[in-house]
Amino acid sequence: MGQRMSERITINLTVNGESVSRAVDPRMNLVDFLREELGLTGTRWSCEHGVCGACTVRIDGAISRGCLVFAVQLEGAQVETIEGASQSGELADLQAAFHRRNAVQCGFCSAGMLLTSAALLTENKTPSRDEIREQLSGNYCRCTGYHSIVDAVEEVAASRAGKGGLK
Amino acid sequence: MREHGEASLKAPAFRYRRPKRLDEALSLLASEGEGARLLAGGQSLVPALNMRLLEPKLLIDITGLAELRGIAESKGRLRLGALTRHCELSDPRIARLAPLLAAAQPFIAHAAIRNRGTLGGSLAHADPAAELPACAVALDAEFEIAGAKGRRRVAAQDFFRGVFETALAPGEILVAVEIPAPAPETRFAFLELSRRQGDYALAGIAASASMSGVRASDPRLVFFGIGTRPVEAPKAAQALSGAGWKDSSAAIEALGREIEPAPDLHAGAAMKRQLAQVLLRRAVAQWASA
Amino acid sequence: MSGPLSFLDLPASPVGKSLPRANAKRLLAGRGVYLDDLRLPRLVHLAFLRSPYAHARIVSLDTTEAARAPGVARVVTAKDLEGRCAPWVGVLTHLKGLKSAPQFPLAKERVTWQGEPVVAVAAASRAEAEDAVNSIRAEWEELPPVTDMDAALAPGAVPIHAALGDNLAFAKTIDAGAVDAAFATPGAVVIEEDFSFARHTGVTPEPRAILADWDPAGESLTVHHAGQSPHMMKEILAKQFALPETAIRVMAHDVGGSYGIKIHVYPDEMAAIAIAILLARPVKFVADRLESFTSDIHAREHRIKARMAVSAKGELLAFAIDDRTGIGPYSTYPRTSAVEGNQVVNLAGSWYRCKNYRANLRVAFQNKPPTSQYRAVGHPIACAVTEAMMDRAAAALALDPAEIRRINLIADDAYPWTSASGLKFEKLSQQAALAKLLKLMDYKALRAEQAALRKKGIHRGIGLACFVEITNPGPAFYGVGGAPISAQDGATLRLDPGGTVTCAFSVTEQGQGTEAMAAQVAAAALCLPVEKIRIVTGDTERTPYGGGTWASRGAGIGGEAVLQAALALKANILTMAGAMLQTPAEALDLGASGVVDRAGNPRMGLDEIGRTAYFRGDTLPPGLQPELVATRHYVPRLYPFAFTNGVQGSYLELDAETGFIKLLKHWVVEDCGRIINPLLVEEQIRGGVVQGIGGALYEECLYDSRGQLLNGNLADYLVPMAAEMPDIEVAHIETPTADSALGAKGAGEAGTGGAPAAVMNAVNDALSPFKARVSAQPMTPARILAALGRG
Repeated sequence: MGQRMSERITINLTVNGESVSRAVDPRMNLVDFLREELGLTGTRWSCEHGVCGACTVRIDGAISRGCLVFAVQLEGAQVETIEGASQSGELADLQAAFHRRNAVQCGFCSAGMLLTSAALLTENKTPSRDEIREQLSGNYCRCTGYHSIVDAVEEVAASRAGKGGLK
Repeated sequence: MREHGEASLKAPAFRYRRPKRLDEALSLLASEGEGARLLAGGQSLVPALNMRLLEPKLLIDITGLAELRGIAESKGRLRLGALTRHCELSDPRIARLAPLLAAAQPFIAHAAIRNRGTLGGSLAHADPAAELPACAVALDAEFEIAGAKGRRRVAAQDFFRGVFETALAPGEILVAVEIPAPAPETRFAFLELSRRQGDYALAGIAASASMSGVRASDPRLVFFGIGTRPVEAPKAAQALSGAGWKDSSAAIEALGREIEPAPDLHAGAAMKRQLAQVLLRRAVAQWASA
Repeated sequence: MSGPLSFLDLPASPVGKSLPRANAKRLLAGRGVYLDDLRLPRLVHLAFLRSPYAHARIVSLDTTEAARAPGVARVVTAKDLEGRCAPWVGVLTHLKGLKSAPQFPLAKERVTWQGEPVVAVAAASRAEAEDAVNSIRAEWEELPPVTDMDAALAPGAVPIHAALGDNLAFAKTIDAGAVDAAFATPGAVVIEEDFSFARHTGVTPEPRAILADWDPAGESLTVHHAGQSPHMMKEILAKQFALPETAIRVMAHDVGGSYGIKIHVYPDEMAAIAIAILLARPVKFVADRLESFTSDIHAREHRIKARMAVSAKGELLAFAIDDRTGIGPYSTYPRTSAVEGNQVVNLAGSWYRCKNYRANLRVAFQNKPPTSQYRAVGHPIACAVTEAMMDRAAAALALDPAEIRRINLIADDAYPWTSASGLKFEKLSQQAALAKLLKLMDYKALRAEQAALRKKGIHRGIGLACFVEITNPGPAFYGVGGAPISAQDGATLRLDPGGTVTCAFSVTEQGQGTEAMAAQVAAAALCLPVEKIRIVTGDTERTPYGGGTWASRGAGIGGEAVLQAALALKANILTMAGAMLQTPAEALDLGASGVVDRAGNPRMGLDEIGRTAYFRGDTLPPGLQPELVATRHYVPRLYPFAFTNGVQGSYLELDAETGFIKLLKHWVVEDCGRIINPLLVEEQIRGGVVQGIGGALYEECLYDSRGQLLNGNLADYLVPMAAEMPDIEVAHIETPTADSALGAKGAGEAGTGGAPAAVMNAVNDALSPFKARVSAQPMTPARILAALGRG
């Protein structure tokens, strides 16, 4: 199997609100781009075939598997990672609920769980426990058994509803 | 699975192009030949690249092609661009005119995958356990395909040839899927059995029939997850025609004789047959209780 | 609980409170630091050529193209590592007869499992390392693989290691009481059943990872390791790499899940260290997911024949099991691959009063990945077999499954108790736990609901499982057998000038909350808010010597070390305060404000003590050398293990047409002694239950006859995900151990130990109207349909 030196392609995108311009090897996936090029290690790789959800990021506002997209595909895109979503305060009530209920143990799945939960609550303000489980069905956790995560999301949904709508 | 002992979960090196127009994409495809692969949502292609099951020299990113986008309705006939993302399948026009696609949506992997995966990608990938190919067949869809020599159309039922094998010839791109307006009083049923939410199906059914009064006519039964491609069961469907459709026992028996399921890791042939029969019974029961 | 340590029970004490973990906030913000997040200058990444065959001779390896590939620093074979790393042998002297062949970092001449590392490539990036690996031209001569444990042990089977003579790694027999006579009791009902449990694996979210850095000038080795036992690793590295202990530092940072997977010695990790020394550059190896499936330790591959005799009144008269288990071609190091089977035969039936027990264990080498300790080691199997047989016995006698357990569980006042197999139980609460569980799950109502729904053709199953769990293991577990495994732990607590405390201790954190537990214990002893305790773990340079995390010992052993060190620090503080206040130390105590008198009146803040000790020693009475730091170690002495106990209940619905199971609810009543933090215990139980459910319903490593793993990826190897898992209710009983002042036992594994049994009993309960049973795990729809005779 011969080696192919692929020409690097310059991409310009926005990551966590900051403009970024880099020349990348086309085969570098978004997770490796974030981690290696930008030092944003909050996004994790765990399976690199799209099943476990540890690599969840937002691309143009929609949650996506970072391991299934190459950085070169994202010219002009807006990418948001757990660092950005956390720093903006947008996830604060979810993080607090996860923390209070110990819906985080080793933490490896947490970025994915938080971003996926946030996406659910944007679309469905009063999800049932089954709906929460269904939305989280693509995020692998080995530590918590999921129950406390469902509790945390349910609690946040209720509290947001009580406060009259989306934060 | 991985017999070769090859190291991989980082994709092999490739060149990348993102053409702005369809003719540009087609000529890239033609000039690169077998070494090129089309990249749309990437949700099936990229895992294969990461695992080095494929080593293309050139990835042609077709997500910039306007010709492949859009949802349009004309006299009840729906035209869905190949780049329609799975998350768009809940569009009210689709829910109205191609209910099977909307019904299948929650079963397709997970939200993050659905945000990027495309209808055209799923159809061109032709995984026998995937939902959308079977739905397309059950909906009598027509696929519009572009190639160097122009456009052609292939009926869904002729499109799926085998495991990851379709009627797409080298150098061709799936452009759009057209679904004829459903006949009045058509009822649909979509059921899937999978071990976990979002997994590929152990067995699934995409079905339709026209119910007027007590009679069922033109039933279509398409199974997925039980063969090398969507499996139609015309004999079982025939047994459902007429006034006695609510009793599915004859159809179930016919189905058992009609299909030759292919075993996979999770289920043997006999089990697949059993599951297909159960799904048929439940689909009919769903119609009966509606 | 009362006595001299009643401060732990005071309302203000953090011990017993469900406080959130201080260290978890950063994990939720994406600020965890896991091994792969670490960067060092001139770092190279490793990828391996691994054996594609279960058994093969390495005919030739042509690495010339790989060596020239872009970004490659070095290509390494076994030859290049000759003499650099001593081979290891996974035996323990107290497991008599256990044998295993020496194992090296990279295979020499022959590969004995699919996935065994053969060639390592160090390159500037992982992608380039993989490119280079794929350009290696390897020639193999496939050899017949041994892929079945019974075939491995059959007469005439070709031994995988000729020098060992056969494939029997270890055998053991237990014969207690009068088993044959008991089986022959007139009127006894005898039940027999064969069980099988499929090989499966841990699937840690963060894969195994190591970063090794050798400084040839300073002659020092720094190893960052996503592992559970840094001190143990350091010991082993010193031995294997012939380095003095003083030359080695091992550090664990945030670890993304371990469950026992990351406590073993792995050839690819040892290769990484050897290559770091060879190259004098930092070397990072992070297993990818495909590699993890073929190179992480596997576990739980057993075939068990069970026989049970019960009297007409439901008393268990005798229990006998024959356990065959298939491991890999090597027994792993240092914990061996025989302990799992050893635990199965030691544990089975032990929570019941019956003393007539026989067990045979045979452990067989196979050409599959090596196996070893994985969460709850052996308990899930011992419990599943025992509890399934109890349900069979109940059915045979038309007794309710809860009733037969009530009849046979050891009475709560019968302790101390020694089981037929020699396990010593200090004090358990099994009858109380069973009663509490039945109430918690409203057992009667569930049975009524089940009966009503059965009439409508809806098939629900209820399953119970009683269990015990090994925790707080003492040195008799490993140390006695010659392993460099420490069953003791230590804590050093230091008061800082600002009145805060730094606590360094030797148990480690992988998310279970070890650090929070330690902070709560220290805070209770010192009357400080938990926020004022800083915890340091994971670094051999900064923590006392200890065993790390394994066998559910963090709270019981680590917590006790923290408690004793905190009390020692308290004594030092009061001595100094007494001197400063010219009051006898006995007249002083600690309270929320710092040093107080016995009436609770504030006398002096801890910050004042700190500042005086560190900055104003001149103001202290002559002869006083303040010592505001204390270290204590703890090893359990009274009992080889602190056994815990519990009961689990499972409620599920069977779709008899498809074989699909829907888990409706799960309950656990557990007794882990004094609970430091109920929230952490509950979440460990819940996580453990789901991990157990994985083995019960979903997880198995599927092989073809050539030893090829067929489902080594996350799409085909099914781990439990959120949509299929039930809510899990947990309740507690606290029976403290007298072996420590804290009285805490372990809680990390109990969920996994009992869940497969409860679920299997529930599935078989649901199947009972069909006169069908499953006795193989995982209980997939295919197996259930086969039991039903439907496809």
